[in-house]
Amino acid sequence: MPRPALARPLAASGAVLAALAALALSACVPNASADDATIAVDSSADACDVATTEVPSGTVVFDVTNTGDDVTEFYLLASDGLRIISEVENVGPGITRQLVVQVPAGDYLTACKPGMTGDGIQAAFTVTDSGDDVFSGDNAERLAAAGDQYLLYVRDQIQTLEDKTAAFLAAYTTGDDDEARALYADARVHWERIEPVAESFGDLDPMMDAREADLAEGEEWTGWHRIEKNLWPPAEGYDVTADERQELADKLAADTAELAARVNAEDFAIDAFQVGNGAKELLDEVAAGKITGEEEIWSHTDLWDFQANVDGAAVAFGVLRDVTLESDPDLVEELDSRFAELNELLAQYGSIEDGFVLYTDLTEDQIVELARSVDALGEPLSRLTAAAVL
Amino acid sequence: MTEQDHQAAPAPSVEEGGGAPAPVPGDDAAVAADAPRTGVSRRAVLGTAGAVAGAAALTAGGFAAGRATADPLQQNAYDFFGAHQSGIVTPQQDRLHFAAFDITTDSRARVISLLRRWSEAAARLMTGSELGSGAAGGAYAAPPDDTGEALGLPASGLTITFGFGPGLFDDRFGLASKRPAQLIDLPRFSGDTLEERFTGGDLCIQACADDPQVAVHAIRNLSRLAFGDAAIRWSQLGFGRTSSTTRAQQTPRNFMGFKDGTANLRAEDTELVDRWVWADAADGQAWMAGGSYLVARRIRILAEIWDRTSLQQQEQDVGRTKGSGAPLSGGTEFTEPDFTVEGRDGEPLIRPTSHVALAHPSAHGGARMMRRGYNFTDGADDLGRLDAGLFFLAYVRDPETQFVPVQNALSSSDVMTIEYLRTTGSALFAIPPGLPAGSVLGSDGAYVGQELFA
Repeated sequence: MPRPALARPLAASGAVLAALAALALSACVPNASADDATIAVDSSADACDVATTEVPSGTVVFDVTNTGDDVTEFYLLASDGLRIISEVENVGPGITRQLVVQVPAGDYLTACKPGMTGDGIQAAFTVTDSGDDVFSGDNAERLAAAGDQYLLYVRDQIQTLEDKTAAFLAAYTTGDDDEARALYADARVHWERIEPVAESFGDLDPMMDAREADLAEGEEWTGWHRIEKNLWPPAEGYDVTADERQELADKLAADTAELAARVNAEDFAIDAFQVGNGAKELLDEVAAGKITGEEEIWSHTDLWDFQANVDGAAVAFGVLRDVTLESDPDLVEELDSRFAELNELLAQYGSIEDGFVLYTDLTEDQIVELARSVDALGEPLSRLTAAAVL
Repeated sequence: MTEQDHQAAPAPSVEEGGGAPAPVPGDDAAVAADAPRTGVSRRAVLGTAGAVAGAAALTAGGFAAGRATADPLQQNAYDFFGAHQSGIVTPQQDRLHFAAFDITTDSRARVISLLRRWSEAAARLMTGSELGSGAAGGAYAAPPDDTGEALGLPASGLTITFGFGPGLFDDRFGLASKRPAQLIDLPRFSGDTLEERFTGGDLCIQACADDPQVAVHAIRNLSRLAFGDAAIRWSQLGFGRTSSTTRAQQTPRNFMGFKDGTANLRAEDTELVDRWVWADAADGQAWMAGGSYLVARRIRILAEIWDRTSLQQQEQDVGRTKGSGAPLSGGTEFTEPDFTVEGRDGEPLIRPTSHVALAHPSAHGGARMMRRGYNFTDGADDLGRLDAGLFFLAYVRDPETQFVPVQNALSSSDVMTIEYLRTTGSALFAIPPGLPAGSVLGSDGAYVGQELFA
């Protein structure tokens, strides 16, 4: 599925990335419950009233209400007034937003920043020792490293995608349809592994990966699935001329090159927040398109995509694993076992190296079993970002 | 799911003919007397056949004895007669049963006969009365005229609204020249995954009530009256409203957990309703004056995936807070969204790709619609996932300008629509005007849509 004009964290505009980087990534989100006592914060034009200024260490929940007229922010700062423990930003006038943070004993500062400028209205905030263990590693560096590591993976996959796409298109344009069909799914694996990154380019994604069902009336159809339908025609009469084949091939090659250029650009970065969300989105892709056989509706090679999405999610989890192990070891344990279960299940139907059975060869029971396994992994995976990053 | 502008402060009353609850004589007395709940409200008080004149008498007669239920909502009864059909600006009821029909006859006379039978039955059902000789009366050797499951239940605010699909204007009934230009064939929207079993229809009936049993009873009995002339093509139950059509109503939540229809057009906005909902003779077809057009879309929500999405992402996709429903630019639920307020990253707090930004009337030349949608769930699919979502219903004067551009914007750019919604059904109907008060119903009487066949 294309995600045109995606304005989510993965869209990775420079401004967004800068903002995310500024989210000094130091404290982790524990599992706050509705029962946790909350500390009301009233952020007005000229005051920052924090209902309690001393709490025991552990999970602290701030209910930040903006009673002013400008957009505000609320920070919990280290006692030096510089290091950000955690923050909530972009709180519109009249709106209340929660900040959940795990804080060890120590002296801190609270700060409201109405208008989002200046040092804000600061006040002392004391956390006493409750005797409970509180995780509070300063992970900024490790999280940055995780983002860098993942970026290397993305670049590597795109390189392979370019190479394999070229081979596939060569077979396609020379009319060697058997060879093209044999190369199709294996080349797409490298797209599917990094799909959320590719999709973050809202202009390229629809041109490269739109399915026929994604098109509005009168829209031009290019990319992988257009070629797929040509190679696996549902009936007679889907031939395209050699010239048309060449056009489709040139277009896909050019778009792939553009994608490669963008992810290899010096200023292209991926942060840990995007890595965690990307993992979740890869499982969404499986749940929404692959498990139903909609993605590869002509070739039925959905299990290649399926495995590739899971591979990509596993890599994303992998680079965040160590950090998460400290903040939420139970989650790591669950994800380890859910990934293993799903991979074992997929292995019953083949592998990327040796090929998979076609989606149409799966029985209904087998599809249900896969779907349940995807949900069993998808649910805990959706908690990864908060556990690792925020 | 469409964001519609919101206007001014709540006004106290509804002025439209189809919208006001009829008075309920004898109500207080019945409650005070602590009458038994199983009642006589659906006795066949008005005899078994023949013409029924007007509705006021029927309403009073049909109700006087049976108002014993505790829920005041269910005691509402609306007038079948009026310049417009009921069920459009009527305060939206909580439950829906909608049905689309194929016409199975080629006879124009049979279609007219069907509309007469339907009109007469609808007028009775809306008063809480039984059909024909009732559910437990009539010839002992014959099946009862009324199926009976609503016996003892009050009118429950039932409204029955009839519509005409494009198929009525094909070559079967000589009506091709009367097809309104506004009754278009909806274009294919990006990402549509329409299923034939939820699409189209020559006729439709929207039955809304505050008791699901009453709404289902209406469709069941009306479809029974149609056998031989029309058959259900598809139908949809709705278990909870997702819009408010009057100011007094609280904004309900949709299946995504967000308040929906905060900025819907309301019955009290009579000028806007005249402008954006009611067709006029000058629109091209005189028979449609006082009518409207109903867009019906069955929108499945990929609930499992949406539920795994962070609160931040959900609010960004919608453009409102999940708790209060305030626009992210600030304020409370009914504060106008301000698309210019920027956050720390220099991006608008309400993202241009959010649902609110893309659906807002300001993005569509001020075009509005009267939404009347319902949450639905039809159990689970083959993979054990909830088959649930929004049954989108919206009344507009011109779908081409009031619906199509909004849907195109959502289908192509709305992250929420693209990632989490799948439209599986779609239909468009012309909703003819209502029948004037005092119209005489019956086998030679007045019927909804009579202007079309005149």
